[in-house]
Amino acid sequence: MTRRARTWLPGLLLVLPSIVAIGVFVYGLIFWNTRVAVSGRHDEVSPYRFDRGRNFADLWDQPSWPGAVRHALLFTVVFVLGALLLGAFLAFLMDKGIRGEASFRAVYLFPMAISFIACGVVWRWLMNPAPPERAVGLNQLFGELRLGALANGWWQDPDWGMAAMALPAVWQMSGYVMALYLAGFRSVPEELREAARVDGASEWKVYRHVVFPQLRPVTLSALIILGHISLKVFDLIMAIAGKQIITYVPAIATYVEVFDRHDPANGATIATYLLLAVALLVVPYLVWSVRAERAR
Amino acid sequence: MRAQASGRRRTAAAAVAMTVALVMPGCGGNGSKGSGDTSEVEVFSWWTGPGEADGLAAMKADFEKKNPGTKFTNAAIAGGSGTQAQAVLASRLQNRKPPDSFQGHAGAELLDYIKAGQIEPLDSFYDENRLRAAYPGQLLQQITYQGKIYSVPVNIHRSNMLWYDPGILKDAGVSAPPRSIAEFIAALKAVKDKTGKVPLSLGAQWTADHLLENVLLGDLGTDAYNALWKPGADWGSPAVGKALADFAEIMRYTTLEAASTDWQGAAKAVVDGKAAFNIMGDWAYGYFTGSAPNGLGKKAGTDFAYAPSPGTDGTYMWLSDSFTLPKGAPHRGGALAWLKEASSKEGQDLFNPRKGSIPARKDADKTLYKGYLEYALNEWNRPGVKLAGSFWHGVNAGKRQHTDIDTAVGLFLQNKDVGKLQAALAGAAKNSGP
Repeated sequence: MTRRARTWLPGLLLVLPSIVAIGVFVYGLIFWNTRVAVSGRHDEVSPYRFDRGRNFADLWDQPSWPGAVRHALLFTVVFVLGALLLGAFLAFLMDKGIRGEASFRAVYLFPMAISFIACGVVWRWLMNPAPPERAVGLNQLFGELRLGALANGWWQDPDWGMAAMALPAVWQMSGYVMALYLAGFRSVPEELREAARVDGASEWKVYRHVVFPQLRPVTLSALIILGHISLKVFDLIMAIAGKQIITYVPAIATYVEVFDRHDPANGATIATYLLLAVALLVVPYLVWSVRAERAR
Repeated sequence: MRAQASGRRRTAAAAVAMTVALVMPGCGGNGSKGSGDTSEVEVFSWWTGPGEADGLAAMKADFEKKNPGTKFTNAAIAGGSGTQAQAVLASRLQNRKPPDSFQGHAGAELLDYIKAGQIEPLDSFYDENRLRAAYPGQLLQQITYQGKIYSVPVNIHRSNMLWYDPGILKDAGVSAPPRSIAEFIAALKAVKDKTGKVPLSLGAQWTADHLLENVLLGDLGTDAYNALWKPGADWGSPAVGKALADFAEIMRYTTLEAASTDWQGAAKAVVDGKAAFNIMGDWAYGYFTGSAPNGLGKKAGTDFAYAPSPGTDGTYMWLSDSFTLPKGAPHRGGALAWLKEASSKEGQDLFNPRKGSIPARKDADKTLYKGYLEYALNEWNRPGVKLAGSFWHGVNAGKRQHTDIDTAVGLFLQNKDVGKLQAALAGAAKNSGP
C-alpha cells in the first residue's frame, strides 16, 4: 500500500457503504420507479413495455386524481403557513423573554416526538364531526361552552375539510419551527439590536429591520422541511380517515394503485409526480445554499 | 505512528465489514423447490382477532394430532379484513417466497393470484377428498374460474343482514322489519319523522359499499344481481338506475359524521339505542353479544334484533374465508395436509363456533351452533336457498373492479350524482378485465 493510498483509502472505505446504499436504495430505486412509470405495466403479470410516458397524462383522467391534487395543495398551504406563522410567533414570545421559558420550549417541542399515527388517533377523536349533542371532542366542547355555532364537520367537509386535516400537522410541527426560529433570533448579535435602539428605533422597528431580515435562511429551511413533509403526508391521514375519497392525497393514491388496484404503472407515476413536486422545493434551495456557501 | 496506522487499518476493516453486511441480504438464495415435503407447514392468515385466533388455534391442535410429523407455523398478520396481510402476501408471492398456504376470500378476489400463476388449481384435491359432494353445488359453481377451483372454503359469513333496535321501531310505529327496499325507505322516513334517532347508521366509506351491494341485491333480485358480475353485464340498465336512486334516497337517512367511524362504531349505535337500523355482515352479531373488552355483551331480542336485509329474504349473500395452494409452496405435502384439515367436518366444526361463522360444508354438527348461528345454519341449508356473492368481500369482483367501485362510491358521497355513479360503475365493470 503506497503512502498516498493510505491517506485516501480508509476514508473512502468508510464512506463506501453509504455511497453504495444511497446509490442502490435512493438513486437506483428512483430509476426503477421511473422505469415502471413510463411503462404500460398496468398489472403485475404483463411484460415490460415502454409507452412513452402516457401515464403522466392519463392519470388526470382518473376520477379520483384531481381531487387528490386539490387536497394536497389545500393541506400544504394551510399546514406550511400555519406552522410557519405559529412557530415564528411562539419563538418571538420566547425571544421577548417569558418566565419558565425552558419548560414552555419543551412543551411546544414535545409534539414532534409523537408519531403522526398517534397524533392522528387523538385528533380523530378531537375532530369528531357529530353535532354537539352526540359529539365527543371539540364539537362537544363548543356545545358546552355555548359556542355550538362553531361546531363543524371538520375534515369531512368536501370543500375545505383538508384545511382541518392540516390542524394536527400544524400542532405537531410548529414547535419544531419555533426551535428553528428561536435559534435564529438568538444568533442575531445583541450589539446590532443595541445599535438600532441607540439610533432611536422602536422595539417593533428593531425586529422589522434588524432581526427578521437575518432570519431568511431559517425561514427557507423551515419552508423546505414543512413543504416536503406536507407533500408526503400519508400516516396522519391513514390514522384519521383511512383510505377514503374525501381525504384522498397523492401518497394514499400511490398505495391504493399499487396494493389495492394492482396497477404498478399508475402507482409509480404518482410517486414520480411526488418526487418532482418535492424537487421543485428542494432544488432551488440547494442552488441557493451552494451559492451562499461560495459567497462566504 | 504505528498505533495510528493500526487504528486506520481497523477503520478500514470495519468499513469493509459494513459494506459486506449491507450488500449481503440482497443476494440470499433459496434453493428448495416445491415438493411433497410434509415436515412443516406455514399457514398465512389474518386471523389474529378475538374468536378467529381461538378458532385457528383449535384447528391447529387438531391438525397436529392428526399429523404428528408436521410442524405447524402460524404466520398470521394482524389488520382488519387483511389489508396489511395482503400487502405482505403480495410481496412474498412476487419474490417467489410463498407461504405453504394462505387465506383469501373465496371467489374473484383470488383472480389476481390465479392470473399471475401464483396458485394451483385444486380439482384433484376436491376429487380425492370427495369434497364436491360435501359443499353446496351453488357455492362451488360461484367459486369456479374457467372450469377450475382454486380454494378450499372454511367458513361462510352472511353479508345481507339488517340489525335493528326494536324499541325505536316501536316508537316510530314500524311493526315489523322492512321486507322490501320500498318498505325500508318508508321505515327510515318514519324513524326520522317520529323519533329523534338516527334512521340508518353508517360508517367509513367501505360501509357505504357494503350498503350498496345490499340495495342492489334487494332491488334487483338474486339472479339479476348475480348477472351483474358476469362479463359484459349491463350496468347501464334502468333497473340498476332505479336501485342506485334508492341507494341515494337511503343515504339521505344516514348520519353526517359517518366517515369518522368504522363499522363497529356504526353498528354500536343500534345496540346503544341511538340508531334504528344498520346493515352489516353477520360478524356484527359476535361483536354485539361477545363479552368485554372485545364485545358489547348485549342480548339478541331485547337490545337488538336481526332480519335479512330488505328484499333479500331467501337469499344468502355469502363470503368465505378459504385456503389456497401457492405454486412452489416449500412444503407442498404439509400444505395439502392443512387443506385437508381446513376442509374437514371436524376442522370446520372446531373453527366456526369460535369465529362466529358457519361451516361451508353441508354436514356440520348442528348442535354446536347456537343463537344466531343456529338461525344462520338453518338458512344456509334451507332447501331452495339462493346464493349471491358479496362483491365487497371479494366473491365476485376482482381487486381492480372492487377498488374502482369504492372510488365511485366515495365520489358519489360527495357529489350525490346518481348518473355519474351509474356511469362510473359501468366503467368499473368494463375495465375489470377478463
